[in-house]
Amino acid sequence: MAEISMTVNGKAVKRSVPDNTLLSDFLRENLRLTGTHIGCDTSQCGACVLHVDGKAMKACTLLAAAVDGSTVTTIEGLANGDLHPMQKAFNDNHGLQCGFCTPGMIMSGVDMVVRYKAEGRELTEEAIRHELEGNICRCTGYHNIVKSIQQAAAEM
Amino acid sequence: MSDGIGARVKRKEDKRFITGKGKYTDDIRMENQAYAAFVRSPHAHAKVKGIDASGAEAMEGVIAVHTGPELKADGIGDIITGWAITSRDGNPMKTGVWSPLVTERARYLGDAVAIVVAETEALARRAAEEVEVDYETLPAVVGAPDALADGAPQVHENVPGNLIYDWELGTETATDEGLARAAHVTEIEVTNNRLAPNAMEPRSAIAVFDEAEDHYTLYTTSQNPHVARLVLSAFYNVAPEHKLRVIAPDVGGGFGSKIYIYPEEIACLWASMKTGRSVKWTSTRSEAFMTDAHGRDHFTKLKMGFDESGKITAFKVDTIANLGAYASLFATVTPTYLYGTLWSGQYDIPAIYGTVRAVHTNTVPVDAYRGAGRPEATYMIERIMETAAREMGMDPAELRRINFIKEFPYQTQVLLNYDAGDFPTILDMAQKAADVAGFPARRAEAEARGKLRGIGYSTFIEACGLAPSAAVGSLGAGVGLWESAEVRVNPVGTIEILTGSHSHGQGHETTFAQLAADRFGIPIDNVSIVHGDTDKVQFGMGTYGSRSGPVGMSAIMKALDKVEAKVRKLAAHTLEASEDDIVIESGEVKVAGTDRKMAWHEVGLAAYVAHNLPPDMEPGLKEGAFFDPVNFSFPSGCFICEVEVDPETGVTEIVQFTAADDFGTIINPMIVEGQVHGGVTQGIGQALLEEAVYDETGQLLTGSYMDYAMPRADDVPFYVVEHGCTPSPNNPLGLKGCGEAGAIGAPPAVINAITDATGNNDLQMPAAPARVWAALNTARAPMAAE
Repeated sequence: MAEISMTVNGKAVKRSVPDNTLLSDFLRENLRLTGTHIGCDTSQCGACVLHVDGKAMKACTLLAAAVDGSTVTTIEGLANGDLHPMQKAFNDNHGLQCGFCTPGMIMSGVDMVVRYKAEGRELTEEAIRHELEGNICRCTGYHNIVKSIQQAAAEM
Repeated sequence: MSDGIGARVKRKEDKRFITGKGKYTDDIRMENQAYAAFVRSPHAHAKVKGIDASGAEAMEGVIAVHTGPELKADGIGDIITGWAITSRDGNPMKTGVWSPLVTERARYLGDAVAIVVAETEALARRAAEEVEVDYETLPAVVGAPDALADGAPQVHENVPGNLIYDWELGTETATDEGLARAAHVTEIEVTNNRLAPNAMEPRSAIAVFDEAEDHYTLYTTSQNPHVARLVLSAFYNVAPEHKLRVIAPDVGGGFGSKIYIYPEEIACLWASMKTGRSVKWTSTRSEAFMTDAHGRDHFTKLKMGFDESGKITAFKVDTIANLGAYASLFATVTPTYLYGTLWSGQYDIPAIYGTVRAVHTNTVPVDAYRGAGRPEATYMIERIMETAAREMGMDPAELRRINFIKEFPYQTQVLLNYDAGDFPTILDMAQKAADVAGFPARRAEAEARGKLRGIGYSTFIEACGLAPSAAVGSLGAGVGLWESAEVRVNPVGTIEILTGSHSHGQGHETTFAQLAADRFGIPIDNVSIVHGDTDKVQFGMGTYGSRSGPVGMSAIMKALDKVEAKVRKLAAHTLEASEDDIVIESGEVKVAGTDRKMAWHEVGLAAYVAHNLPPDMEPGLKEGAFFDPVNFSFPSGCFICEVEVDPETGVTEIVQFTAADDFGTIINPMIVEGQVHGGVTQGIGQALLEEAVYDETGQLLTGSYMDYAMPRADDVPFYVVEHGCTPSPNNPLGLKGCGEAGAIGAPPAVINAITDATGNNDLQMPAAPARVWAALNTARAPMAAE
């Protein structure tokens, strides 16, 4: 068993879990934060993307123990009272249909906007599409997801 | 009315999804929950000689291991197919027996042999690996044409030659005569590649048995929970319907794959009763590739004849359809009445004849996947039209135009009666939006960059709005395909609409609410949609076949009509006016030409308080309706795709994609366009990337996202979407349905564009770079020799 402490969505949590517990299972089963989704078993689909110490990561391929002491933000912790501009943009632009990939899309979207801004690079349509290579959506054809990220990038 | 019909209302359901608060089946946890895992055949075809579960059962935390014979002994029924097809010799179809868990022989890789129930998911999976199954492997057959070969391995003893049916449609002699007198005959062979549906949410089920009430609840990833309850009850003998509640909560996409009732749900329900525990199972993605019903998988030879002017004289089709190891729920109708009936496409074809031989193979069952039969029909028709135009030296758009059906209603030679459409106008609309006139310049510019640019068309029609119950009954369907709705106006005037349709991404909670907002002029936030729970909604046939608009919303309209009629009567009584003078608008019920009126909520209150009702009126304000369409609906469209092919690598880029559709009336254009974007992307996926591949022994080579190429954001462009409108005359709103058009129309547009770019008409899907490169170099060879 591993003793794990981390800050999740602004709250300190401490749990004792089997050593091989994945971060995605830790969040979903131990903390009952079910917004982080599991859509594949090969780290391809990106439905589980969240932020660890401010960087986008795939929770399905991280051991909970590996992020011991870190600060984790999941989709449930993104809004601070009001919707985050990225969340609002997905609603404004019909950037979701079934909603299953959406948490990962939003968390990846926030990450890319923050990263490009920090690096002073322009987040073009081509860059957004390239950055989304680790997130699969079967419903939207990506059209409105790209539009959503473009809108949020302008507002963030 | 800003929230009414035609408004781009933002989705009411979004908030829970964008904040991570959606509730999908796997997000639910019951008291006393245990977890199931399945022991699956590692062989495509094998006799199960014995199962030794003692090792697994001895593991701490393992609750039970159960096998197929136990379910059978307990009276659990075999899995049914819902549509009886008759072969052309008059004999009924023959299908193999599908037991929920294997009783004697495993017939595809992943066929479930046993269910393991344990305290944790990880433990259940580990224990499943400890169940020792003694297999005797048997020769397997994988490809559809191979299944018909002499001496092919037999998948089921009661299906000789693996032939499920040999079905025909149309008139053979007239078609042969039409081909004989044709000035030009085009012949091609096409394969419609096998696809894995890949809804992003894997299937999941939680079975909850309440011993005290002898009652079951099933939470499941279903597109049609009422049908699931009906089938689980009537055919699988799990429990009588009033003792079985099926809930399909938030469902993460379906595309057909979640219509069916799979072995896992049946086994979990039964295991819940046996173990006294709530039993949960969630598919891994690799299990999804192995066990979710695949789509398409046709091999077709076709001939089309033309007279000197380019008018089609006849069309002849010969298809072999792979239905996999067992006949799934809609499997037998998909390559027949959802396919053959579309062989006329958008064209006036005087003679059509075709046959479809459906076969069993040692692969996972194949069933309806977004479009279901209609993409297969569209693909081959649009490929042969484009090929014929090139062979005859005609403009492909012009060849289509001279063959278009121009007057409606139009009776095709293959059963359907098209009720409305305007194909030339939609073609014009697409050509203008795609700037076809500017294509030569774009091609020249691409050539200067070393790229080959091509343009391809697809003009398609679908039969949607499934379906008139009497008509489908006469063709072999086991059920009627009406829809139900109930409109409940609360005493405070807010409204709940209960629907038998199910939303798993389609935005029903918004679109359906727009109907009530439009009708009564009330805010859309005062309208809620209730669906997906058999305890809340009386009955419904669910969502597939682009039916929730033309059938589901039509039922809501009928219920709204009844509510409106009662409101008028009640208001006329209260306001001492004639019913004819009552006007309902902007949330008020008024007497025309006076200042007498009631607020909308006052009418609701009056109906429930019931102190002053007309003499013969019952209290309350709640009405239900069933809608059974009198015809299919016929969405149509024209897609134009432009590609650039890199001649060095064979890599294809979709550089422009224009979709002009005729869906009839549109309630929420934003949502409809989203359906087009997604459908087109699935069509592009089929054309360029996707294929479910088994090797010759029946091992699945595409078992994960590492091997099965899903369309990603950088595989597709922004789309241009245009709408024309010829309303359907057969439902109250003139709706035709929009869910499948993209997936139906896109593949031939893409392939026609690539073959235009390469100059070689011979190209099969998916058009991966190696195939395109080979096609290009085959085409170039004669030029090099010149």
